[in-house]
Amino acid sequence: MILKPNIHDIKNIGYYLGKVLMGLAITMVIPIATALACREGNPCLDFVIGFVITLCFGLLLTALCRHTPHVAGEALRKTPLASPEQDLNWMQGMIVVALSWIGAMFLGAIPLFLGGHFVSYLDACFEAMSGLATTGLTLVQDLDHMSYAHNLWRHLIMFIGGQGIVIVALSFLVKGGSGAFRMYVGEARDEKILPNVVHTSRFIWLVSAVYLFLGTMALGLAGTLNGMKPANALFHGACIFMAAFDTGGFAPQSQNILYYHSFPFEIITVVLMILGAINFRLHYHVWMGNRKEIAKNIETVTLFITILLTFFVTAIGLNQLATYPAALTLFRKGFYQLVSGHTGTGFMTVYAPQLIKEWSPLALAGVIYAMGLGGAVCSTTGAIKMLRVGIIFKALVQDIKKIILPERAVIMQKFHHVQAAFLEDKQVRSVFFITLAYLLLYGFGALVGMWCGYPFLDSLFESTSASANVGLSCGITAVGMPSILKITYIFQMWIGRLEFLSIFTLIGFFVAAIKGK
Amino acid sequence: MSKRKAQSVWCGVRGIVIVLAWAAASASFCCAEPLSSTEIISQAARYDNATVTYTGEVIGEIMRRGAYCWMNTSDGKNALGIWVPVDMAKDITYTGSFKSMGDMIEVTGVVHRSCPQHGGDLDIHAEKIRKVQEGRLRQEKLNTEKLKYVFIAMGILGAIWILRRLLYR
Repeated sequence: MILKPNIHDIKNIGYYLGKVLMGLAITMVIPIATALACREGNPCLDFVIGFVITLCFGLLLTALCRHTPHVAGEALRKTPLASPEQDLNWMQGMIVVALSWIGAMFLGAIPLFLGGHFVSYLDACFEAMSGLATTGLTLVQDLDHMSYAHNLWRHLIMFIGGQGIVIVALSFLVKGGSGAFRMYVGEARDEKILPNVVHTSRFIWLVSAVYLFLGTMALGLAGTLNGMKPANALFHGACIFMAAFDTGGFAPQSQNILYYHSFPFEIITVVLMILGAINFRLHYHVWMGNRKEIAKNIETVTLFITILLTFFVTAIGLNQLATYPAALTLFRKGFYQLVSGHTGTGFMTVYAPQLIKEWSPLALAGVIYAMGLGGAVCSTTGAIKMLRVGIIFKALVQDIKKIILPERAVIMQKFHHVQAAFLEDKQVRSVFFITLAYLLLYGFGALVGMWCGYPFLDSLFESTSASANVGLSCGITAVGMPSILKITYIFQMWIGRLEFLSIFTLIGFFVAAIKGK
Repeated sequence: MSKRKAQSVWCGVRGIVIVLAWAAASASFCCAEPLSSTEIISQAARYDNATVTYTGEVIGEIMRRGAYCWMNTSDGKNALGIWVPVDMAKDITYTGSFKSMGDMIEVTGVVHRSCPQHGGDLDIHAEKIRKVQEGRLRQEKLNTEKLKYVFIAMGILGAIWILRRLLYR
């Protein structure tokens, strides 16, 4: 029997959703300050409007959905603020996460739309979801004349989304508890680094803040040496860092990384993309001095092997058409696009039409495979992810051993992920389920693309890029693409970033609300 | 006699027409008509190593690299990197940003589909630059409509705040 959600469920979801939206509103203070510092009047107004509307929603939800203690009269008046927060159960936690991302998309798009760089509000929503989900596909118009405040916001939402919107709220606005852990899991992070989930969130922020400083300085220095003014180089450095470490792929200029014409810039961004694609748990162990973990961990080993294999395929493909006659050029272009795709970043050093016109189908297939695989779990990347790919490989080896070895032989497959563990059937089943779900999602977007009249390979490329939160584009993503395709890609970016569970729970919640008793 | 003369005149005219047609055809391929960024990018193989003319607005920053500099130039569809000797770039006054419209320039230069000098980038090595239109600073007027919305939104926020206090008083 399906149970209908009750008012307690709705109030609890609404209350935490309100908290998350308040967290989002607070982050809008940063572009407001930037606009004031850069004397950008109208952009400042755009963000004040966005800030106030978001805060209104947050305050309204927390006020209306606040739990009042079951006391009456004088006693209630004496304890007006007593325990308004009640812990979330699994269903509520998942739904808060799913709705938070949708809410953040609609509200985060307000200042973008008001800035006048988007043809429609749908396009601004596309940009906001692309930023939050760290995808990097863009529908922005006239980016080269965008204000500092709006440009910073595009990258900031990438930074927030990469760490996790809920992580922002967990770190500063929500008390730690089992409910907090459920929201944390709902945001596709099933690994705790520290025993307390709030401490885990704060550690993730600490890691990101340290890298933000180092990355911005490195990119700022490279920019200055490449002929940019120091202040502008630092701004670009901060934006590019946020997009690289959070494997997003936006850039402050329309040419993306090609704007800089700089080899050092490319090297630094490759390092940042790989750092962003590594599990935060691994970062923690390396920070604690356990450097051997890098070489032993199943995720890093799998990442290394898959990068080599997919680059091999891409390089053969590029060689077929002799697009880049010199070997070094082939390596520089091929490897950059490949790593960008594999880590789910989406930075480009070629123009989008070049991918389709000058790269052979084999080279594109190599990049599509890489995009579909993704980075590590508990990182900022999307897609199937390295732990799952590694486990599938181990399960395959185990099954082959079962066939080859005598029936009586006891076969236990081990893998190392921070600690040694035995492969369990339950784990393998779960991994296969998520992998299958991703493959279906890639296929679904490709079908919609073909239905809209695009060729198969182009549709598959763009669909995989959206679902795996990559952001590489072969040219389909443009203002003129059909609205149905824009909505499909928004849906794919959302579901791909949250790894299905929260979305399935949300669907289940609506089904229960209609059919439940 | 007059017939022979007429024949020789006709031959001469025919020769001139052929030469002119050949010149027009080669000029149209090389540089006469300015190409758009979309044409250069989508037909990069066709224009590889060809001298073309491209017109666009200088955007971002002019990044100096020794005796040369990078000047990214946008025609509204895409921006292309132009590799320019520093001397040629000295007349550029404005570059496009939020606060300014950049100078419009006409570049005549060689397209490289995969430039061996610049890591395989698609770029243009400028041979000649002509400023077509001077850029300008953009005067930003405060949008009164937006200001009105700010006050309305502030009012709603205040009302919600009061409602909140009343609910849990």
